[in-house]
Amino acid sequence: MRFLQPRTLEEALELKTQAPEAVPLAGGTDLMVELNFDRRRPEAIMDLTQVAELRQWRRDDGELVIGSGMTYTRLLAELDRELPGLAIASRTVGSPQIRNRGTLGGNLGTASAAGDALPPLVAAGASIEVASRQGSRTLAITDFLVGAKRNALEPDELITAIRVPVARGPQQFSKIGSRNAMVIAVCSFALNLNPQARQVGTGIGSAGPVTVRAAAAEGFLQDALEEGRLWESHAEIPDSASVRFAELVAEAASPIDDVRGTASYRRRALTVMGRRTLAWAWGEYRGL
Amino acid sequence: MNLSLRVNGAEQEALGVWEGESLLYVLRERLGFPGSKNACEQGECGSCSVYLDGELVCACLVLAAQAQGRAVITIEGLAEGDELHPIQKAFLESGAVQCGFCTPGLIVATHELLERNPSPSDAQIREALAGNLCRCTGYEKILDAVRQAARARSA
Ligand SMILES: Cc1cc2nc3c(=O)[nH]c(=O)nc-3n(C[C@H](O)[C@H](O)[C@H](O)COP(=O)(O)OP(=O)(O)OC[C@H]3O[C@@H](n4cnc5c(N)ncnc54)[C@H](O)[C@@H]3O)c2cc1C
Ligand code: FES
Ligand code: FES
Repeated sequence: MRFLQPRTLEEALELKTQAPEAVPLAGGTDLMVELNFDRRRPEAIMDLTQVAELRQWRRDDGELVIGSGMTYTRLLAELDRELPGLAIASRTVGSPQIRNRGTLGGNLGTASAAGDALPPLVAAGASIEVASRQGSRTLAITDFLVGAKRNALEPDELITAIRVPVARGPQQFSKIGSRNAMVIAVCSFALNLNPQARQVGTGIGSAGPVTVRAAAAEGFLQDALEEGRLWESHAEIPDSASVRFAELVAEAASPIDDVRGTASYRRRALTVMGRRTLAWAWGEYRGL
Repeated sequence: MNLSLRVNGAEQEALGVWEGESLLYVLRERLGFPGSKNACEQGECGSCSVYLDGELVCACLVLAAQAQGRAVITIEGLAEGDELHPIQKAFLESGAVQCGFCTPGLIVATHELLERNPSPSDAQIREALAGNLCRCTGYEKILDAVRQAARARSA
């Protein structure tokens, strides 16, 4: 096994072209488990933790461009107000030790449907910047996540940054697990309200092969808020509308039975989380 | 590959390290620091907790090669010679040590907590130690030990 340790992004991309078989290593909280248990024996490993460009973030208009090496701990310390939904999700990841090392890029690299950063990024309409020596491209996160533990990276590409709009209104995240700490989500749900654009964003985690939006639920809630002039009046959302929204959230999922839970439990949990996050977020919008 | 890193303030060199070895393995098997324990090798138990450049990490999830040129502090680095660190004393006096396998990790994690937050609430203690498992004590004595260590620190 070879160990590669680029110091700059340029060097990293050059190495990835020469050695596309090199497996990137960030915080190691997914990859090291595979190595320790001999589930994977890559020919080469490329440590990205010394690449300064990947650890930085910057503002670009109303968006944040966050280097893929951003850890959960730093995100919570530096960007919790700009991205409250992602912050709530980050707080639920593993333990302090895991949050100190684990990165957003690693969560996207693993592309597990249970990745907790993914639903809030989907709900916020994030896009993913990837680069190779040939150049860079930006993909909507829903195009980046192509299947169960599969993403759209080419062998010579690295994830360089996550582009995500700063929250314009309330964001929420809810996750079901057997206890508070150190749990992989049984299922999860993220909600993003944008009062300026009159838009609703959603993301469903761990209830299907990939993290998905609940597009019909978003459309339904946008119409209900518009027709009832609720954005303007800040009035309560009628129960019937919250219930319908939550049903549509559950319908957008394609859960299976597995060791963590059954498909029907997950559907039921999504209706509960759909209503709950909407009540929290709308309450915040109303100033309650 | 050959590695050099600082462990508990002293330069250390490990020769002929396989590129896939974890920092935990190198500390225990090559550098003679068996204090950090290996119980799960998958980040779940926290018994391998060490500081890496001042940050609390699971040594089993750090590739040793990533620690090249960096500073590690292990449980062995907390005591002053034969004098136990006050957190170690608090664990002993509170009955927070039974088999002792989880203890080094819990003490390093407690150390990190009290550096950041000298008088944590119970909820903050639980949150800070959420990544450290103990199969013996039922945690109550561990909470006692952390409270006692915090009191001793501020006294
Ligand atoms: C005990 C424990 C608890 C956990 N709990 C949670 C949890 O609650 N929620 C959750 O979502 N996850 C959890 N995880 C999983 C893991 O911590 C996260 O997925 C984390 O975000 C991975 O980031 P990393 O930097 O450690 O990734 P690494 O392990 O370094 O890499 C993961 C994958 O991404 C690839 N990769 C990394 N960076 C790049 C890049 N820049 N470009 C291309 N590919 C890249 C790697 O090649 C690898 O395939 C847990 C893990 C452990 C061990
Ligand atoms: S041995 Fe590292 S966390 Fe268990
Ligand atoms: S004392 Fe035995 S595991 Fe904690």
